[in-house]
Amino acid sequence: MDLLDVTLVNWSRAQFAMTAMYHWLFVPLTLGLGVIMCVMESLYVKTGNEAWKKATQFWMTLFGVNFAIGVATGIILEFQFGTNWSNYSWFVGDIFGAPLAIEAIFAFFMEATFISIMFFGWNKVGKKFHLASTWLTVFGATLSALWILVANAWMQYPVGMEFNPDTVRNEMIDFWSILLSPVAINKFLHTVLSGWVMGALFVTGVSAWFLLKKRQVDFALKSMMVGAIFGIVSSLLVAFTGDGSAYNVTQRQPMKLAAMEGLYEGKAGAGLVAFGILNPNKKSYNDNENPYLFKIEIPYMLSMLGFRDINAFVPGIKNVIDGGYPTPNGSVPLSFAEKQTRGKAAIQSLANYQLAVTAKDTAAATLHKAQLKANYDQFGYGYLESPEKLIPNVPTVFYSFHIMVILGMYFILLFSLLVYTSYKKKIETSNWLLKASLWSIPLGYIAGELGWAVAEVGRQPWAIQDVLPLQAAISSISSDSVKITFFLFLILFTALLVAEIRIMLNQIKKGPEEA
Amino acid sequence: MKTPKFAFNLYTFYRDGFKNMTVGKTLWLIIFIKLFIMFVVLRIFFFPNYLNSNFNSEEGKSNHVRQALIENSN
Repeated sequence: MDLLDVTLVNWSRAQFAMTAMYHWLFVPLTLGLGVIMCVMESLYVKTGNEAWKKATQFWMTLFGVNFAIGVATGIILEFQFGTNWSNYSWFVGDIFGAPLAIEAIFAFFMEATFISIMFFGWNKVGKKFHLASTWLTVFGATLSALWILVANAWMQYPVGMEFNPDTVRNEMIDFWSILLSPVAINKFLHTVLSGWVMGALFVTGVSAWFLLKKRQVDFALKSMMVGAIFGIVSSLLVAFTGDGSAYNVTQRQPMKLAAMEGLYEGKAGAGLVAFGILNPNKKSYNDNENPYLFKIEIPYMLSMLGFRDINAFVPGIKNVIDGGYPTPNGSVPLSFAEKQTRGKAAIQSLANYQLAVTAKDTAAATLHKAQLKANYDQFGYGYLESPEKLIPNVPTVFYSFHIMVILGMYFILLFSLLVYTSYKKKIETSNWLLKASLWSIPLGYIAGELGWAVAEVGRQPWAIQDVLPLQAAISSISSDSVKITFFLFLILFTALLVAEIRIMLNQIKKGPEEA
Repeated sequence: MKTPKFAFNLYTFYRDGFKNMTVGKTLWLIIFIKLFIMFVVLRIFFFPNYLNSNFNSEEGKSNHVRQALIENSN
């Protein structure tokens, strides 16, 4: 591939990554803070205690700030599908179109309808109707997340489709297998729960600030308890679903799992790297350099987590490339070379099918269509020049994964301490813990972004796992236009982020007395 | 008649809601500016749909993508 194509692919990737990461600064707080304000309003309706109403209205204002700044930032990603990734967009249109259309029609209108009652309806509609509107607003936002995550899950594990060589599109043949794919279900739960952790970190961190300032103490104590309990439940569930994510990745994206663990040579009874520093001199998957400078490994744990069998063989990068390694179900994975051959055969069959159709040779068309179908699951390998192209950036995936997990463990500890000290009525005097809580707010954002880095950088070189690599997904446009729009987006999103931070800080400083 | 009363109540609900906004007014201004930049400036001038801009028919688009997939292969 010449330099211009590489430049175009990399700028297009950078633009999508940058806009997606900005989008993901707003979404988690909407999901998590939304549920917390629902809980608080529920407490208000149940108890009649006006203090809960005051708390709800304060957090609802902050929810509104985040929601307003973040709204439509996701649409930018759809713009890029049509401009930068047109081959991909056409190729998957029938699959992506349904979830995104459902998201727009159902989830968005639910949010738009009930959010107005939520904000405008205080003292105008009944308490229970207002409460229902608040829950339905947040439910609508969560439903939006479902459809986007279903689409992303399909990219990681493409199911429920059949490729039509006449239209050159993947056509949906089984909607339920796409919606209920184990990857989709787990991804939805893990991602939404990570948003709940973010909401909890935000509420406990801001509450900690009020306690440190000795302002609005009753409000802060109430919010701290709700946030901390919500946080510990969410963070434990995130760990549980994170295990599910890794299990799915082990089964369906073995190269990603190998990169997550920096595992080059597979083994039976593989250990899990709890902490490690990669060797920067490890440049190739088949050199003799040790992958690690240092590691602390939990014996057998990777096999246990990946296959629920402490003696299972976990393939490393080299094994995925060479194929032929043992699997739990006895199947024999193909080597890269074998997959590349089948991929090229599939692409050639696509070309031959078209020639046969043009020549009105029905028999040849039927034959080539059958050959295409037989090799389609390795279609994307026909574009990869060498096995090295199959390997994602190992340091990025490895460190993103491990830092994310370490932060997840830290959040469980933090919320546990907050719940304990709140219950023991010692939180007001635990300045060190309050400061830790406040400074943990950005850590939640970092953990969320790192999770997406694992998912998406780990997916490389694939736009659709095994079926379409990035270089075949791209539009034939100038890389200069992508560079220009990259910087336009950077300016726009940075301005939005600065606006959000300023307005949010201003509202926090005003406090619930002026909410 | 019930429908006009309901419609009037709905109208006053939104009218009063928007009128009584405080920080909401700033947020709505930001939303409008953002949406204008995204849909009028960026979408029209910088993010044309590549296939819709270059091909008039579904057949043209599928032919283009097919050729791109075949020619880009290793």
